[in-house]
Amino acid sequence: MNGFDSYRLRHRADIARVILIVAFVVLGGAFFRTQVIQHSKFQLKAETNRLRPIPLTPPRGSILDRHGRIIAENVPGYSVKLLAPSTDSLRAVIAMVRRFVPVDSAQVSDIVERFQRARYQPALIFGDASFEVIAKLEEHRSVLPGLVIQAEPKRLYPAGKSVGHLAGYVSEVTEADLSADKYPGAVLGSIVGKAGLEREYDDTLRGNEGVHYIEVNARGRLVREGAASAALPPTPGNPITTTIDLDLQQFIDSIWPAGVRGAMVALTPKGEVRALYSAPTFDPNQFVGGITSAEWRKLNNDPARPLLNRVIQARYPPASPFKLAISAMALKRGLVKLSTRMPEPCRGGMRLGNRVFRCWKKEGHGSLDLIGAVAASCDVYFYQLGLQLGLDAIIQDGIFMGFRDKSGIDLEDELSPIWPSSKAYFDRLYGPRYWSPPGTTLNFSIGQGENTQTLINMVKFYQGLAGPGVALTPYIVRSSSGKGRSLGLTPKELDALRTSLIAVVERGTASANRRADLAVAGKTGTAQNPHGDDHGWFIGFAPADKPELVVGGIMEFAEHGTTVAPYVVRTLRRYILGPDAVGPVKLGVLLDESLTSRDTAPRPLELDPDSAAARAATDSIRRAEGNQ
Amino acid sequence: MRGPAIDRNLVVVSLALMLFGLAILYSAGQTDVPTRAAGMWERQIVWFGVGIVACWVVYNISLRVLEWVAPALYAFSILLLGVVLVVGTGAGTAESSHSWLSIGGHQIGQPSELAKVATVLMLARFLSGRKEAPRSLWDLVGPALIVGVPFLMVLKQPDLGSALVFVGVFFAMLFWSGVRPRMLFLMATPGISLFLAFNTLAWSAWIIIFVLILIAWRPYVWDWTTFLAANVAMGAIAMPLWTRLAPYQQNRLLTFLNPEADPRAAGYHAIQSRVAIGSGGWFGTGYTEGPQKRLAFLPEQHTDFVFSVVGEELGFLGVAVALGLFLTLFLVLLRIARRATDPFSSLAVFGIIGLFFTHVFENVGMTVNLMPITGIPLPLFSYGGSFFIICALCLGVALRVAYDSRSSGYLDS
Repeated sequence: MNGFDSYRLRHRADIARVILIVAFVVLGGAFFRTQVIQHSKFQLKAETNRLRPIPLTPPRGSILDRHGRIIAENVPGYSVKLLAPSTDSLRAVIAMVRRFVPVDSAQVSDIVERFQRARYQPALIFGDASFEVIAKLEEHRSVLPGLVIQAEPKRLYPAGKSVGHLAGYVSEVTEADLSADKYPGAVLGSIVGKAGLEREYDDTLRGNEGVHYIEVNARGRLVREGAASAALPPTPGNPITTTIDLDLQQFIDSIWPAGVRGAMVALTPKGEVRALYSAPTFDPNQFVGGITSAEWRKLNNDPARPLLNRVIQARYPPASPFKLAISAMALKRGLVKLSTRMPEPCRGGMRLGNRVFRCWKKEGHGSLDLIGAVAASCDVYFYQLGLQLGLDAIIQDGIFMGFRDKSGIDLEDELSPIWPSSKAYFDRLYGPRYWSPPGTTLNFSIGQGENTQTLINMVKFYQGLAGPGVALTPYIVRSSSGKGRSLGLTPKELDALRTSLIAVVERGTASANRRADLAVAGKTGTAQNPHGDDHGWFIGFAPADKPELVVGGIMEFAEHGTTVAPYVVRTLRRYILGPDAVGPVKLGVLLDESLTSRDTAPRPLELDPDSAAARAATDSIRRAEGNQ
Repeated sequence: MRGPAIDRNLVVVSLALMLFGLAILYSAGQTDVPTRAAGMWERQIVWFGVGIVACWVVYNISLRVLEWVAPALYAFSILLLGVVLVVGTGAGTAESSHSWLSIGGHQIGQPSELAKVATVLMLARFLSGRKEAPRSLWDLVGPALIVGVPFLMVLKQPDLGSALVFVGVFFAMLFWSGVRPRMLFLMATPGISLFLAFNTLAWSAWIIIFVLILIAWRPYVWDWTTFLAANVAMGAIAMPLWTRLAPYQQNRLLTFLNPEADPRAAGYHAIQSRVAIGSGGWFGTGYTEGPQKRLAFLPEQHTDFVFSVVGEELGFLGVAVALGLFLTLFLVLLRIARRATDPFSSLAVFGIIGLFFTHVFENVGMTVNLMPITGIPLPLFSYGGSFFIICALCLGVALRVAYDSRSSGYLDS
């Protein structure tokens, strides 16, 4: 064949050689680009391929009481997690786990849900596994691919349920929290504080998460732990020291009558919170390592609402303790002195227009001066005092004294009290002609009506009375450095009010609690509850001449304040006189009719502090006012 | 009297590539996750033995015998391709295709591999039998038929990668037989037209350029009308053709253009291979130590993506050595082709170059996303019996051609 002579062949061979060399240079160039120029990019990709970051939980800061006793601390615990390539294989491994340790089906669906939220992270199986569980799982590790067991600090509340509402609880951050950026710096899987101090001081307590890497294969199975990259150790959270007296806190828990809903809070005259207790309480330890959905449902569906912190999240009509506020307003405005008597003596009631407003004591108190009226909690006296003040003055002074504002305690989710901004509030609520200003005035004079307060806000007011007339913002950790609200009372007026409060315990409605060794000043109250038995109040402080502690208590359905008074007085004695001064608690007290002297008030406004509808209605009005 | 020595260069470079390949195949089996690749290197040693025997046998057969047997071999391979279209089974990356011939459940080989070498011999015989190198399209009808029949049958399996090899062989051998490069270019234009047809503007521009080229080169009337018609036709059928492709083929082409479009599924091979190679850097992660391979991120690491193991574990230097060996192999073969005693031998060896080169360029190119992913093995590296034996046969042919030219007194010049 022509064309195969050596000259032409050599020519073609040269062309072929050039083509071959060019082709190989192109191939080599492609490799050079990938391997040398883009090396770091692919190196990174290779590592993200096979290295899975596992977050390391930092130890949370401890919460200490004022003497350094532990409210919350960390103890070593173990978490069990599973790495899985798919939901199906996760379920298969969980089925395997269930052969060795019990996992109920509700937990399984929780686990699968957690896995689906973050597929590249190991799904949490047990947040707080016992040593037996760990031992069993380790024994069968070979048939449990993807098993990750981590030593993790876990939260412990040695005082258990007595510090439930105070400490709050911790749990895994939810996706909703993350998208709302409620916990800056938290990532999926972080343990965050959900209530109480754990929530309020989460930033301080939480610390920073560490990370370590585990190597996985293409199917997402664990191959090596702690491979390749160095781990970043977690930064522990900072401890917080509180103003709490753990002894007192536990004492309140120990004397609180079983099954009674209510709350108690103790403040020093400087605004330091010594105890904060709400009942029914819960044990924050049950949240550690993830609460089971059954337990969570139980806590949430309980009609007694154990998760509600009744110190700051429940509003009650302030009732008779509010008479001190009315007295203060009247003293301040110079309407009365301690010895002032009202024109009309108490005959068990008072006529206003065509209605009769009753005093709680049907037989009447007769003619009383201010001290006597406070001591006996005479409604008729305060009706008249209220009318002298007038509704506008009451509303105005109430705002001035802080009855329209939160106490400002360093706990989240405190409810605002309900207090009108002006008379226009009633016009909007009922219509201008459908409410009676004098009737409303009478209601307000005895702490009823469109006025509901949180326990902490009322105790804050009494703390102002006990101290130099400034209601300081209560605090547990962070001192608000004397920030407070002056009640605008002169020392003389304060003395007068204290004298009347002493009279309550010395010879008035709480006289059953009088003891020679400690002079207690205080005020009982009965908050009318249209939904059942009335709520009982008692707010007191001691020693009466030089107060060291202000304690307020409320018991729902306790019928009247005299029921609550013994508990508050005991708490005061325990704090001031020490454990020996407090005898054994008489459990019968709550039901003992002989101790009670009736303390009622006229027709209350149908405002239930626990009724969501009522709260919504009043809140919307508040908002409308706020917008003006 | 001692006969001329065997071509030592070809033996050395082939053995070097085989041993290199075996070492990589061994490493491919060293994973932390059990994969099919685990014991493959041992089985490959057996194939080495079989292949070397086959090579030796062919080495002892005269090229005249091969020339004589070529039509029968060609007819037989076409027959096998027909059979496999009816009863073929899939394997490896192409589970659903009909490329394997099985007897009693044992896959005994891919007839397309045999068809490749049979086509090389048949085309060599056809072209060497002509007086002149083909000058017009009419002259190319014969070669086109010889290659086109197995090409279409392999395409039908479907095995796009092997089909491409026939195209490579076709162009290589026509070039070697003396067909003018501009003619080869014109023959390639329908392919360019097909590719550009997905963008109307680009295609229109191409047609204008093409017409200008035709005016400049002035081929035979019959030729240019045919080429023009083919280009226009390709533009017209591109879309219907595309829709007729199997979804996996469409995906492969699409992911070649943009691997990140579907990183978990179709683009997975392309991305993981490049990640493994790219993480190798200059010196690699160390022999048998490549994490991507060890942890099974690298797919098909013993067959189609065996070269990625080279890239990951031995780095750019290892790649350069491997590519250098392949280039040396081609240059050695090229010299053999040039010095062959007769056109048939020369064309056969150059056809083997075309066959090997298409495999190497496509296989190595796809590991760095230079080429679309097709299931095509790397000669002397990838695990596989039938393909290795075919490679050994081809080397046997080349050794024989080298022997013949030496014994006829062809000396270095």
